[in-house]
Amino acid sequence: MDHPIKRDHARFRKIIKGKIRENLRKYVSGGDMIIPKGPKRFSIPMPQIEIPRFKFGDKSQGGMGQGQGNSGDPIDGGPEEQEGEGKAGQGEGSKEVEVELSIEELAQILGEELELPNIQPKGRHQIESHKDKYTTIGVIGPESLRHFKRTFRESLKRQLIMGTYDFKNPLIVPVKNDYRYKAAHTKVEYENSAVVIYMMDVSGSMGDEQKEIVRTESFWINLWLKHQYKNIEIRYIIHDATAKEVDEDTFFKTRESGGTLISSAFILCRDIIKKDYDANEWNIYPFHFSDGDNWSLDDTKLCLEILDNDLLNASNMFCYGQVESRYGSGQFYKDLFEKYGERSDNVILSKIKNKEGILDSIKEFLGKGK
Amino acid sequence: MDNTKPLSDDLLKLKKEIRQYAVDYGLSFYEVEFEVCDYDTVNILAAQGGFPTRYPHWRFGMEYDQFSKGYAYGVQKIYEMVINTNPCYAYLLNANHTVDQKIVMAHVYGHADFFKNNSWFSNTNRKMMDVMANHRTKIRRYMEKYGADEVELFIDKILSLENLLDITDLFETREVQRHRQEIDMIASDEKNKTFADDRSEALRSFMKSSYTEQQKKSKKDKIKNKEKEKSQMTEEERERAEADEYAAEHNKHKDSVDDPTKNAAILKVLPRPQRDIMKFLAEHAPITEWQSDVISILREEAYYYLPQRVTKIMNEGWASYWHSRIMTEKSLEASEITDFADHHAGVMQTSRKNLNPYKLGIELFRDIEYRWNTGKFGKEYNECDDIHQKENWDLKLGKGREKIFEVRKGHNDISFIDEYLTQEFCNRNQMFTYKFNPRTNRFEIDTRDFLAIKMKLLSGLTNYGSPVIEVEDANFSNRGELLLAHRHYGVDLDLNYAHDTMKNIWAVWKRPVNLKTKYDNKEIIFIFDGKELRPVA
Repeated sequence: MDHPIKRDHARFRKIIKGKIRENLRKYVSGGDMIIPKGPKRFSIPMPQIEIPRFKFGDKSQGGMGQGQGNSGDPIDGGPEEQEGEGKAGQGEGSKEVEVELSIEELAQILGEELELPNIQPKGRHQIESHKDKYTTIGVIGPESLRHFKRTFRESLKRQLIMGTYDFKNPLIVPVKNDYRYKAAHTKVEYENSAVVIYMMDVSGSMGDEQKEIVRTESFWINLWLKHQYKNIEIRYIIHDATAKEVDEDTFFKTRESGGTLISSAFILCRDIIKKDYDANEWNIYPFHFSDGDNWSLDDTKLCLEILDNDLLNASNMFCYGQVESRYGSGQFYKDLFEKYGERSDNVILSKIKNKEGILDSIKEFLGKGK
Repeated sequence: MDNTKPLSDDLLKLKKEIRQYAVDYGLSFYEVEFEVCDYDTVNILAAQGGFPTRYPHWRFGMEYDQFSKGYAYGVQKIYEMVINTNPCYAYLLNANHTVDQKIVMAHVYGHADFFKNNSWFSNTNRKMMDVMANHRTKIRRYMEKYGADEVELFIDKILSLENLLDITDLFETREVQRHRQEIDMIASDEKNKTFADDRSEALRSFMKSSYTEQQKKSKKDKIKNKEKEKSQMTEEERERAEADEYAAEHNKHKDSVDDPTKNAAILKVLPRPQRDIMKFLAEHAPITEWQSDVISILREEAYYYLPQRVTKIMNEGWASYWHSRIMTEKSLEASEITDFADHHAGVMQTSRKNLNPYKLGIELFRDIEYRWNTGKFGKEYNECDDIHQKENWDLKLGKGREKIFEVRKGHNDISFIDEYLTQEFCNRNQMFTYKFNPRTNRFEIDTRDFLAIKMKLLSGLTNYGSPVIEVEDANFSNRGELLLAHRHYGVDLDLNYAHDTMKNIWAVWKRPVNLKTKYDNKEIIFIFDGKELRPVA
């Protein structure tokens, strides 16, 4: 049985996420997202709710410390969490820790946090790959790989047999034949490869905020898929009325003002898959993000056709994330929903309201383990 | 808890050994029960203030969230946990190395001795395990009956008041309270008598508020009678009787809810400003019985933790002093020395941003021991001008050990610092104060001046770091409003926080709440009337 504190914990998480107890919302500090702070460094937020109490204002009162230095010397940073100090308002008093994590660890944390299942790669043909592992010992090799202990042992053996080993003066002199080296053993591994194809609507209605959401979301999706597949490729497609393939940087920076034909991106995506990725060997993940506007019903019809005839057959799943924007109608979600329903097996739809919705949306996308 | 285990044979042997060392050194304590548990269990216990059961509330979930994250990311680890009960319960992390377990055990015996012998703990309920469990049952029951959200909402409001405690209450046993009540009664009787003589009966009755002589007398008699009855009762009966009395008292207030001024008229008779605001509200606010009970529950728990809040430096210093002594003089194996030194140093780490209570405490105790061994105290020593002579001062008194035991008995952090922090000590430990320099936009070392350091330390410890706030008048402006007074010792209140806190008090008191304070060097009264906080014109 779970300890009752898990219930307190769940309740706290809900309050943090703003699902219950709206009145406590203003006391919540520290968000929920792990923020990358340079390579391998991440800031882990510690959200907390501070109950209002009578307390002292005036932060300039400072604190006390121990150490060297003269009057006027700076101390690094300010006072840490102290009772009866700190100012009201946003950001203050929010706890976070900065830690060093590898992508692996971070992905694991993400997986645990969101309870993501491991992906079952497609049961089709898998790619063979050869990998060298230094697990054996050989008689030839470069000096840098010399195995000292084994070499010593060989010399000792030889000297004992030859009777040149003197117990009083246990000197071991290896000769060329004694040398042993770490040697590689070639292993055949079955690898699975994946490709993620991001498509994003960059028409005028997608603002910076929306793009930031897509960027964050794609960071986490990449992280998780990288964790799951040994070999992963990522392709980017932007579109308004026409689509083109771009690099990552352009993907997040471009802003066009034209109309929106989603089918253009789908067609390009289809072509890319046909050209570069054999569906039998690759796990294919097309992601499409938009605010839900499409030019016409006819175009939407075309989109659905492409999905049905090409994309869905080739890919593990097709994900559509609709970022809420002031201008977007959200119609595309409705159209997809009508056709595939919310819990279709290989079409996953998610609405992302705001930054806080990102984690939930990732869970929706990756929660199926496909 | 299911997830804790009793000690294995090895640890049991260690415990016996270390316990014996502690006893030999003269420590005395309630028996310590060690339990071994995994890190998740330790996190749970730590989140719940050391206890296996607490009432359902998100804040324990929040603590748990933080402890778990801290552990998962390797930034913090709970090293040692012990709770002040009889027997004392202490928890050992199963993943710890033997040398760590030893340090923890030795440290825990230090705490256990402090809990038992320091006077600020003299009245704590050592059966808090049961009390906490009862509180949980009660609050759960209220939640079932009145709705979880409703009860939680109310708890949140009351938690706003958790730092408005009266330290002297720690010495308020029932006997003391009764005695005080009687004194108050007699005092007010006499006050009335003295000026009653040369005034007419009519004037007298006009002058008196709702409290008539008659009422007072009868109440006084009643109290006396009850006292008599009670002394013949068993403990259990007495408690029940008190609960009844409490409920009756309470219902009386409930009846008068509709008429705030009538309610207030009774309350007007506040013999002195009340610092125990939770108690005041539990007894006098127009709230339902369960709400009043919730306040009492939270109050009891807050007071249970109060002694630990006012003796943090001493308590940790004392425990560290003893783990250091026991380990280095008795228990350490040669192979464990580096590990011990490493971990001990980790605990003692000083920082330029904060004072480490462990370090400050242990060094002060050592300093006191040293001074009383050598006689470096008192008038003669202080007035000695010869720096050389002072340095080599040694009267060979050998009273150090005796002295620190005496200190650990009678002091709290404030008196401890006030009495024993010396200029030499500050210099030796490189203490300084710092403050924010708006010009350079950074925190900078302010001064190493002894008095300034001491002042800063003491002011931070005053009233356990919380503002002193008292209920001064329960019928302010004769409109049943509450008047709180902030005793201003130099630092203004944060008005944002004050606003939200007063809003919560207002929700309980149900009449406007006033706050008398000083802001920007001006005496000012703020009022919260249910809508906004504004100065009273």
